[in-house]
Amino acid sequence: MQFDSYQTDGFFDEMFDAEGRPRPEARLLVETIQSAQSDQLARCQHATDRLLLQMGITFNVYGDSAGTEKIFPFDLVPRIVPAHEWDWIERGLRQRVHTLNLFLDDIYHRQQILKDKIIPEEVILSAASYRPQCHGINPPRKVWCHITGTDLVRDRDGQIYVLEDNLRVPSGVSYVLENRDILKRTFPQVFEGLHVRPVEEYPSRLLEMLQSIAPEGFNGTPTVVLLTPGMYNSAYFEHSFLAQRMGIQLVEGRDVEVDDRGVWMRTTKGLRRIDVIYRRIDDDFLDPKVFRPDSLLGVPGLMDAYRAGKVALANAPGNGVADDKVVYAYVPDMIRYYTGEDPILPNVPTYLCWRDKDRDYVLQNLDKLVVKAANESGGYGMLVGPHASAAERAEFAIRIEANPRNYIAQPTLGLSRVPTLIDGVFEGRHVDLRPYVLNGKDIYVLPGGLTRVALRKGSLVVNSSQGGGSKDTWVLAQPRNGANLQGGRR
Amino acid sequence: MTIEDRPLLSRVAESVYWMARYIERAENVARFIGVNLHLQLDLEGDSVNQWESLVDTSGDAAVFRERYGEATQSSVLQFLVFDQENPNSIYSCLRSGRENARSVRETISSEMWEQINTMYLRMQAQKSSLDFESVPEFFRDLRFSCHLFQGITDTTMTHSEPWHFLRMGRKLERADKSSRMLDVKYFMLLPSLSDVNTPIDDIHWSAVLKSVSGFEMYRKKYGRLVPRDIVAFLVLDKEFPRAIRYCVHSADQSLRAITGTANGSFAYRSEQLMGRLHADLDFTSVDSVLRDGLHEFLDRLQAKLNTIDDHIQSEFFARGI
Repeated sequence: MQFDSYQTDGFFDEMFDAEGRPRPEARLLVETIQSAQSDQLARCQHATDRLLLQMGITFNVYGDSAGTEKIFPFDLVPRIVPAHEWDWIERGLRQRVHTLNLFLDDIYHRQQILKDKIIPEEVILSAASYRPQCHGINPPRKVWCHITGTDLVRDRDGQIYVLEDNLRVPSGVSYVLENRDILKRTFPQVFEGLHVRPVEEYPSRLLEMLQSIAPEGFNGTPTVVLLTPGMYNSAYFEHSFLAQRMGIQLVEGRDVEVDDRGVWMRTTKGLRRIDVIYRRIDDDFLDPKVFRPDSLLGVPGLMDAYRAGKVALANAPGNGVADDKVVYAYVPDMIRYYTGEDPILPNVPTYLCWRDKDRDYVLQNLDKLVVKAANESGGYGMLVGPHASAAERAEFAIRIEANPRNYIAQPTLGLSRVPTLIDGVFEGRHVDLRPYVLNGKDIYVLPGGLTRVALRKGSLVVNSSQGGGSKDTWVLAQPRNGANLQGGRR
Repeated sequence: MTIEDRPLLSRVAESVYWMARYIERAENVARFIGVNLHLQLDLEGDSVNQWESLVDTSGDAAVFRERYGEATQSSVLQFLVFDQENPNSIYSCLRSGRENARSVRETISSEMWEQINTMYLRMQAQKSSLDFESVPEFFRDLRFSCHLFQGITDTTMTHSEPWHFLRMGRKLERADKSSRMLDVKYFMLLPSLSDVNTPIDDIHWSAVLKSVSGFEMYRKKYGRLVPRDIVAFLVLDKEFPRAIRYCVHSADQSLRAITGTANGSFAYRSEQLMGRLHADLDFTSVDSVLRDGLHEFLDRLQAKLNTIDDHIQSEFFARGI
């Protein structure tokens, strides 16, 4: 299978350099693919799609009643991250997660960063995701963001940026593990000779982290459960997958009850205590007595038990204030403020529409910018200026003027691309990368991540709900020593 | 045998139990139809409408008549195989079985999930067309798929509490379906008690045995086809896995494994009822069953199975214990 007609079209390509030569870390993979028979990849791809459906690796699409389960398309060609680059990314992520955690603890206690005027007070207090209900809570180990999925993108010039921090209930890690598994099953020869760092230890790391945040004074092995909204949630596959891989109970709100002594699950033998909850229900639906009263998914009284230290929650409620898209713009300042260090990973330059000057610029340059609603995710509430019609841009201008606090804008990045198998030939498709970071006793960065790919030609939207797919992400191991690379014999 | 390991959520226990019941139900419907198709080839022009009796076996005869009217091969196949509104059609059973499996994927093994999912997807691809030649193949495949699921279940899932709920569901369902099959055929074939001990070589009776895969095993044990012996075999046999007594015996075993209650006593009402039914079957003779009326006996048995199911529901699955 050849790359003869493959074009990088002026974008940064993760596999080929600007002259069309394979990058050093991709050379071996390119050779393997070239030596494969022309229809082999297509056959593997076909087998993969069938396997995904058979294994029920699907997500549910909201508002789509016909065939509500879809597979998240998986493209066989992996994205490779060389060791030295990963090393830099990992250091940057540690710094960022450490900082965001300090920020959350500060915001829900003394609010020193506001008093010191590093971030304007109104930015925080006006964030829809700021939860006054979380004030004064002391989560075990002072950890708020236990699981973070940070979205990274690379622009035309090769620079990697943080696009957003996901500190609420980031999803997608199950695809990282399943993609690796499936690639090994369908196309094993591509791994030959490459030192790809394994991702399989994630579930045990996650369980270890969850056990480490058991309420203080706890002895023995804490009972950890995963709380899911149920099988009609879009990420249900991931919930059951993670529960299965960790060997813990998957509970729904209706399985749980709270009394003065703590939190309990209903079993065939009566009530059993729960110590730690990995909750995959949004803050809004977590406890109808504290947040949305109409929630049927949550557990009434859970927040009281949490506040009283009877149960630990991961991630902590209230985290949304730290990944608000306006607050995002202040993360570099936060890093300097809390750690005294310069940020390792840069932010994408961001215009905040609530600032008059920024808003004027944004409104005049809508055709060049990407505009995002501050409190939405999943690719919803977003305008990609260069791809939008004049009418869509006009509509967004009205929305921005009506509610400037809710909008930010960024330059349209020419996201990097990876060769992707489209109808039997390779074409460049834009990607991003979501690595996963765990924070408990210490910070752990999974060597890998979810590479999402916009399968539609020219599209920059990688979300699964908007025609996105995924790829395996290969973080290469540091070469151990020169002799090994030379293939020397003992 | 007691189970002291991790707690089992009531909701999960319920789903596992129903998953097993639905798959067993799908298998039984496939068995009934498969045998009927076979029988039909031998009974060209026979006055008895086999498809009518198949609808009776399903227990949904009233619904069928209201929706379809006359029982023909195509209307009955449509109703029992593809009808999405009939909760007991094969399609619906596989869908419900899979939905239950999906809600407990973390409890069952991945292999079980893959098999149940594959069965459902295949059924979905079949949509609502079965050309005449592919019909026998279709039911054969379906039966094998169900067997495969059971084999995967028993070899990949730890035989702890969730597995016992699963087995209990499977066995109670099987006992119920075996009794229905026998009841309908018996009523139709042998209205007079005096014929009970007469050797027959009736194609219908062998069909009844074949529908529960019991023809060969029966022959080994009894040789000639005698109605009395067939009833003894299907109701009271201790060793044949689709015999009612055998099914109730294993369901009772699983219930005791779940509760940890010693033999000869009970801690739950469901246990008491199951134990009684088990003992009844142990200490009943086929002659007394026939003397009192097989139909009445099977009717009471089905009612008892339903009551046991109700108590399992309220004692183990009900919320807010």
